[in-house]
Amino acid sequence: MLCSSCSNKDATVHWTQVVGDKIHKVDLCEECAKTKGLDDPAGKALAGMLMGVDEEKDDEEKPQVELPEALTESGKDVICGNCGFTQEDFKKNMRFGCSQCYEEFNPQLQELVKTMHRGVKHQGKVPKNFAHFQGLADKMSELQEKLDDAISREAFEEAASLRDEIKDLKLQA
Amino acid sequence: MNVEEFLLTPEELCQRRGPNDDIVLSSRVRLARNIDGAPFPGWAKRKSKIELMEQVLPVVESLGAFEDGFSESMDALKSQEKQLLVERHLISRELAAKGAGSAVVISKDESFCIMVNEEDHLRMQAICPGLQIEEAWKAVDSLDSELEDQLSYAFSSEFGYLTACPTNVGTAIRVSAMLHLPGLVLAEQVNQVVNSVNKLGLAVRGFYGEGTDTLGHVFQISNQMTLGESEPEIVQRLNKVLLQIIENEKNAREKLIDEKPETLWNHIGRAYGTLSNAYSISSKETMNLLSLLRLGVELGYFKDLSIHKIDELFIVTQPNHLQQETDGKLNPDARDLLRADILRERLASVGRPNPKKN
Repeated sequence: MLCSSCSNKDATVHWTQVVGDKIHKVDLCEECAKTKGLDDPAGKALAGMLMGVDEEKDDEEKPQVELPEALTESGKDVICGNCGFTQEDFKKNMRFGCSQCYEEFNPQLQELVKTMHRGVKHQGKVPKNFAHFQGLADKMSELQEKLDDAISREAFEEAASLRDEIKDLKLQA
Repeated sequence: MNVEEFLLTPEELCQRRGPNDDIVLSSRVRLARNIDGAPFPGWAKRKSKIELMEQVLPVVESLGAFEDGFSESMDALKSQEKQLLVERHLISRELAAKGAGSAVVISKDESFCIMVNEEDHLRMQAICPGLQIEEAWKAVDSLDSELEDQLSYAFSSEFGYLTACPTNVGTAIRVSAMLHLPGLVLAEQVNQVVNSVNKLGLAVRGFYGEGTDTLGHVFQISNQMTLGESEPEIVQRLNKVLLQIIENEKNAREKLIDEKPETLWNHIGRAYGTLSNAYSISSKETMNLLSLLRLGVELGYFKDLSIHKIDELFIVTQPNHLQQETDGKLNPDARDLLRADILRERLASVGRPNPKKN
């Protein structure tokens, strides 16, 4: 019997879970069993989640985290440049390695976040220094646009004053 | 410093009352914060965890809120002390399991608490008695604003505050209240309430948080979703739900008094009988019976007993609080004997419940 997860190696771990009146059977090779947390009893919930087997757990816990296809496929070779975290590590821990992982895994994360939260974009408190920095950046790009426009209209006097404003802003930053 | 010396006595703690505290035991708001670029605690090596702790602790300790507070690295605490903090709901079981590189800081009045290197670099919370989640949010918000001046938080305009687990990302806020709902349990309506609360995207947990049993008819209700809604929106949504549950609990109690008074008296009378006469009692049975006694006090059935006396008993009969009084390791059987002794002694002067005279 081949492993039902990787279809490569012989299945040596046979796991049966009874949920209500249904029986789910999973046959895995040793390696897949290990990565799905089946070698320890405490990891069974995780296995249920990864294999799409209904969990017997009540719904008191955090919302069911289902890994979307996108996360499993396109993120395979992504490694966080800051902390060396991989997608496999995420599957094991359900936690990220560092704040930069959010950037590295961003394309895969979008789908995942949708299943967990009310929205996909942050609303609410912003750290003061971040807000300040963000405000400067917004202002800068606005002035740059005006400057480009002024130059294209050959309004050089206006362009000169805009350039001075940008210079001041850069000093502030 | 010694945890036992620092902590308020159960008596001091239970003197504090808040709005609606017949049903809402406490309100708390927790924020998770991480330092930009540093590996999260679950992924960091021991050395980098210690470095982070050494960077963050002096900043936290310097805040006005923590003047004369308690600050200690987890490896400097005895297991008994850690469990005491768990029983006081000041730290999580997860933090209690950590050693070098993790720490806890508690304000003198125990209304603020910061865990360093639990699941996230910082988990700060404000705790208020009764239903005061808005007050708790304001308190923790200003604490956080003081910290952000000195620490560089991991934040993105898209995902908000970045946390180790993506289920907490965004506002990284958890607003929760501990509710005492014996009326709904006895009226067998509590499952209905739990289900509808779940449908609103809120979580219901047991007495000691995630993955624990409901003991003593105490339920913890909190938000789960943190991204896409601002903090005040989350706080207000939860507040509305809590007010509704308080209403439901009150109605359930009224209905019991009207329709099944004997059942109610039977439960409360038996609870009184067992607690004031037992010679061996487990902590689980104690909590469940104390809960019924508390209900009896709220309904005016006991003339020599106050709510804060009962709340005190809730605290002192917990396993590690018992060990503290005897200053030694007690096995569970010995604890059950000691627990019964304390209960008999403290309830000795309390007269039998008199349900008919309010």
